[in-house]
Amino acid sequence: MISFDFEYYKPSTLNEAVQLFYTLQIQKKRPIYFSGGTEIITLGRLNLVTPGAVIDIHDIPECKVLQVDEHHLVMGAALTLTEIEKANVFPLLSKTASEVADHTARNKITLGGNICGKIFYREAVLPFLLTNSQVVIAGPSGIKRVPIQDVFYKQLRLQTGEFLVQIVTNRNDLSVPSVSIKKRRQWDTGYPLVTIAAMKTKEGIRTAFSGLCPFPFRSKQIEDDLNQPQLPLEARIEHAIHHLPTPILNDTEGTSEYRIFVFKNTLQEIFTALEGEEHAQ
Amino acid sequence: MHNDHMFQISATLDVNGEKRMATFRPADTLLYVLRNQLGLTGAKPGCLNGDCGACTINVDDMPMKSCLMLAIEAVGKKMTTIEGLDGTPIQKAFIEKFAFQCGYCTPGFIMNCHALLKQHPDATDEMIKEWLESNICRCTGYQEIAEAVKSVLTRYLSKNNQ
Repeated sequence: MISFDFEYYKPSTLNEAVQLFYTLQIQKKRPIYFSGGTEIITLGRLNLVTPGAVIDIHDIPECKVLQVDEHHLVMGAALTLTEIEKANVFPLLSKTASEVADHTARNKITLGGNICGKIFYREAVLPFLLTNSQVVIAGPSGIKRVPIQDVFYKQLRLQTGEFLVQIVTNRNDLSVPSVSIKKRRQWDTGYPLVTIAAMKTKEGIRTAFSGLCPFPFRSKQIEDDLNQPQLPLEARIEHAIHHLPTPILNDTEGTSEYRIFVFKNTLQEIFTALEGEEHAQ
Repeated sequence: MHNDHMFQISATLDVNGEKRMATFRPADTLLYVLRNQLGLTGAKPGCLNGDCGACTINVDDMPMKSCLMLAIEAVGKKMTTIEGLDGTPIQKAFIEKFAFQCGYCTPGFIMNCHALLKQHPDATDEMIKEWLESNICRCTGYQEIAEAVKSVLTRYLSKNNQ
């Protein structure tokens, strides 16, 4: 049970949502946007998130769109992970999303909620980092569409009053060879020790990571280290480890040493899957 | 639905085929309102964190953890709780296969299984495993629960009728 009270609003347009936020903020009601709401509810119960008002974006049509046209895939932030998985228009995203939480929870967890939430794994962002997608953000200055790498560093860097509306991905990237592997401490549900999403392009293999650090990331330096075919894969992975960001998580899911161990083995699996056994040596 | 004041809502909830009036706070979870306002105590509070599945109900034929949903989100949706199922194949199967012991997790499991079988009457073993990982049981070893689900699959029923 959530012990504190908050007001609930459900606007039907982007402009209405932004205006509401502004009004509620002036009234000092600490507004927060509400997508799936699973974090707001579970963290609210623990008094770790205490908004005075929530703005539910589900009635805003742009936030529920799932559309593929000649050039792009457009996905609304209020789509549930189950809806995304079922549509399967972006197989790498379907696979990554299908490993978040459990099946019933994914009927509620949304794309925007997973990416913008406080829980730092944010695994649903990994495929979009790999495909250099664009994010559509609504806010006091209007609607903007920007490359994800310009606004995502450890988390989506939203200004006050802004919220994620959609993510736009180049259609050509949807069917590129790809793989996503999630390793957990035990069982098939729960937080990751390491999640690696990867895709094979003409320039080489791109990789994005979650679970290793308290943020998801993609690193050009690591990709340069891993895409050196003249070196054996083990050597490439050792180089990459030297360029990992810090800190490496050390918690009840696993120690930092264990995470690195799992990271190395999972990278081996990734490269074997994408390069083939013969080349991934 | 109308706001009695900013922190109190009166609304009609469509539960088990009936329109029920309820008054609740925007911050109240659906689980809380079902149990405390509508007397539907079949959905159980377990972890209250969306992990255990004991609170599972069906919302528009989808299994949903009612501890992860605000009651206000349920306005306009069709809900089914365990009280709304009577003599369904999955319920009979749970009895026949001894798929419960203390019974606390059972309503949540049955609601999830019921939705699974409605959507996928011929679910594969992999799909059954994926769906049922949403629910935890501390008493059984899950084997009997899986057997109960499999016993009502279309392919099993047609094979045994031959």
